[in-house]
Amino acid sequence: MHHHLILRVVTKMLVAPIILFALYVQFHGDFSPGGGFQAGVIMAVGFILYGIVYGMEKVQAVLPAWLAHKMMALGVMIYASPGVISLLLGYNFLDYRFISPHHPSHGQHWGVFVVEFGVLVTVTGVMISIYYAFASRRPAISDEEW
Amino acid sequence: MSALEIIINLLSWFFIVSGSVFVVIGAVGTIRFPDFWSRLHAASITDSAGMILLVIGMCLQAGPTLVTVKLLIIGVFLFITGPTSTHAVANAALVTGLRPPEAEGLIGAEPEPIKPEGDDDA
Repeated sequence: MHHHLILRVVTKMLVAPIILFALYVQFHGDFSPGGGFQAGVIMAVGFILYGIVYGMEKVQAVLPAWLAHKMMALGVMIYASPGVISLLLGYNFLDYRFISPHHPSHGQHWGVFVVEFGVLVTVTGVMISIYYAFASRRPAISDEEW
Repeated sequence: MSALEIIINLLSWFFIVSGSVFVVIGAVGTIRFPDFWSRLHAASITDSAGMILLVIGMCLQAGPTLVTVKLLIIGVFLFITGPTSTHAVANAALVTGLRPPEAEGLIGAEPEPIKPEGDDDA
């Protein structure tokens, strides 16, 4: 029986609800407090909790460091893509009317939706990358010395 | 205000006030108790008894709405995480050799040497 059995079982129970709550905060952010930044941090917390309890190898098998680094750039690209597309179609940058020209508020709704998704991807990637960078540092003092 | 509403209001205020009393007891105990273990005991009252009673009282105030469902989800979440965090703190203290003052000299209560926590299971 493992020493940290309780922490392991509770972590297994909580990681999935944490990620589900992150998606709720993300996609319900139009109507209630929330949005990409908060949801990204909450989703990163799910991975960080898993990494703290189970170790870096297990969490990096799920989400490798290179993927977390790519997520940072990918989110910015998702964020900018509606703006670039609207530029190419002859509208202003980040002017979401191109999505449904006859009903601009619908277009703005979906444009903000895409932009918030980009924010989610970037914030998750940044938070997990910071955690990986700190947690995989070689300790300056070995455990036996204190 | 019908009789049922009055009963529900009284019940919810009973739960909210008693939950607040538990939170205050936990806060005072965390400051006033002499050593680590009794302080931990007082602190864990706050997020078990106090939280549960407050959530029940708020559920009764909210009535059969979506708010009640969210409160119950929050309650279940805190019901799992609160004792777990207390367990993690107590476990860390026990592994590093801290023992209650009353357990001095008891057989089996001597601090063991710190053994490296090998997370090397399969």
